[in-house]
Amino acid sequence: MPKIIKKERLSELVYRYRIDAPRIARMRRAGQFIILRATTDGERVPLTIANASAQEGWIEVIFQVVGKSTKILSILSEGNDIIDLAGPLGRPTHIEKFGRCLCIGGGVGIAPLFPIVTALKAAGNDITTILGARSSNLLLLEDDMKQLSNRLIVTTDDGSRGTRGFAADIVKKLLGEGEKFDFSVVIGPAMMMKITSAITVAAGIKTFVSLNPIMIDGTGMCGGCRVTVGGVTKFACVDGPEFDASKIDWDEMLKRLNGYRKFEQESLERHNCIITGRPS
Amino acid sequence: MTTTNKNAGRAGRTAMKEQEPGVRVKNFNEVPLGYTEAEAKAEARRCLQCKKPMCVEGCPVNVKIPEFIRLVAEGKFIEAARKIKETNALPAICGRVCPQETQCEIRCILGKKGSPVAVGNLERFAADYELAHGKFVMPAMKPKNEKKVGVVGSGPAGLTTAGELVKEGFDVVIFEAFHEPGGVLVYGIPEFRLPKEIVRKEINYLEKLGVKLERNFIVGRTATIDGLMKEEGFDAIFVGSGAGLPSFMHIPGENSIGVYSANEYLTRSNLMKAYKDDADTPIIRGRHVVTVGGGNVAMDSARTALRLGAQTSTVVYRRTETEMPARAAEIHHAKQEGIIFKLLTNPVAVLADDKGFVKGIRCIRMELGGPDESGRRRPVAVKGSEFDIECDVVIIAIGNSPNPLIPETTPDISVSKHGTIVASEADGRTSKKFVYAGGDIVTGAATVILAMGAGKAAAKSIIEDLLISINK
Repeated sequence: MPKIIKKERLSELVYRYRIDAPRIARMRRAGQFIILRATTDGERVPLTIANASAQEGWIEVIFQVVGKSTKILSILSEGNDIIDLAGPLGRPTHIEKFGRCLCIGGGVGIAPLFPIVTALKAAGNDITTILGARSSNLLLLEDDMKQLSNRLIVTTDDGSRGTRGFAADIVKKLLGEGEKFDFSVVIGPAMMMKITSAITVAAGIKTFVSLNPIMIDGTGMCGGCRVTVGGVTKFACVDGPEFDASKIDWDEMLKRLNGYRKFEQESLERHNCIITGRPS
Repeated sequence: MTTTNKNAGRAGRTAMKEQEPGVRVKNFNEVPLGYTEAEAKAEARRCLQCKKPMCVEGCPVNVKIPEFIRLVAEGKFIEAARKIKETNALPAICGRVCPQETQCEIRCILGKKGSPVAVGNLERFAADYELAHGKFVMPAMKPKNEKKVGVVGSGPAGLTTAGELVKEGFDVVIFEAFHEPGGVLVYGIPEFRLPKEIVRKEINYLEKLGVKLERNFIVGRTATIDGLMKEEGFDAIFVGSGAGLPSFMHIPGENSIGVYSANEYLTRSNLMKAYKDDADTPIIRGRHVVTVGGGNVAMDSARTALRLGAQTSTVVYRRTETEMPARAAEIHHAKQEGIIFKLLTNPVAVLADDKGFVKGIRCIRMELGGPDESGRRRPVAVKGSEFDIECDVVIIAIGNSPNPLIPETTPDISVSKHGTIVASEADGRTSKKFVYAGGDIVTGAATVILAMGAGKAAAKSIIEDLLISINK
């Protein structure tokens, strides 16, 4: 069974697990994800492969505690098994030498951005990276990204690190100063992707986003992850997770993400009652 | 002692006791309760023991029907089960989900004047009896032959192929993408129609014979077919990956919250256990649920909705009951349970509130025109006949198309324009040497037993190609 070989807490709610998974490590490409389950009868949780070593046979995932399943996952320790781990899933990112790339990550979306930036860098691109987070304690992988990027700009909503404001503000500023980019990738919360990619798309930059809709099997079987792209229904798990930002029906996507919010809240509260004996 | 007699045949068919409709819609337990020993013997004695049994020809895996029924009539129940297992590795499953009325029972001579022998019920009885009372007995096994075969998918096609090959001495590994094996038998068919305990026991039996199972292994992603054959020593691969991608209607509002594919709805309830109150995977428990489609999967979805607490569960189907592809028993059970059937009706739009949640479905009335390519009369919309049905969950059960993962990652395998793998129905051979395929990935969505028949045919070819031809 796949074992957790290293556990790190990157911020209050964000963890990085290195998992022993030689087959997945060998087959995976940037942009792909895995599905795991932490307990019997637990949910199937999709997570982007943030990093991997084919030689050493491990993959890394970075996740934020948002509901019961990620809460349980966060309680596991080094040496514990992940009872179910399947992948790599989804289509790999299309990587080529585009020229000047603008890579924008928001919050926990910085994790899935990391392997893409790594691959773009390896393909010889010039990389400007913008990292945004609500606050400095929620900012991920700043040092790693700095090493990969020709230029790194950090921004936080509260100004506790870098400039104060949103990633979208930085994008507007750079474009306003006449900077040109050949390619952009934006990964973060859905609303952040919608707003930020609208700016790059308007500037005529080919822009991709990585979607994180609700999914169960991750192999195309359930259709729960469907999104409308260019007027056509696509399954994020097999047709994506990356899509051309200019073609996505964002409003539908945002609505669908809220479909189970009520259930998630109830499930987490029930779980907290069980482990703490009191409502959260 | 006379165990069969001609007069017994004239007696009526022995009905199987069932949970009362009013009770069973409140639970997920199996609906038919099974025969008692006396009922099974009585039903078995109706069999005329034809010299040329037509029923056997109607069975895709040619179960020795009169022979096993005779053993039931003689009270040799375990022997009866083993007789079935000579040609069918999964009798407890087939007894429950095969469309007997179009395969074996339709050919029964007794059916000409009265009702046919209840072959399915007897098969189920014998198989259940063996599961409950029989000790595990290793069947006749050939010595190990040093050949290794990979089986993609642990649904009915894959399980059958694996069972056939392991008995022939092959080293067999099944690759299953999910965390639990069984394919459609576990994610698709609900507990009330096929208890998962039975599927587990049947798979457990194969494991005892030496079949290895790799869960969470997605062929095409975790390893490719070429990788398995060139780098990991597999001599042949059988692809039984099923009809993976759910079809949608492509009508406005179809991506509203509360519109499920039947695959998603049933997977949430069956595989992920959303029907249990404390399950982690949620499911929207609609008050008024509309299911679109007329097959077994539509019946399963509509009946699941009732059990999840729906006040009304409606099936919308664009043709009439005569054309419905579902098993007769499923339609019968659905009606008993109070499922509303809106026939000659087709959805044109899903209606949603401003937050994107389903609030209804707009339908149009249909009438039957001339026959189409399937020979069934084509439904034609009646202009201006639109009407709305209020509902909060819509389930689309209009079929599946093949999963593209294996065709995409196996460049030299021929694929039809529908995305199915091209393989001979008679022998399962594909365009790629030592790669075989069968079941829904070849035929498009069909039945469990047809998939099993295809698995068996492919196993026969694998034995020929790997053992016989090579040694010539």
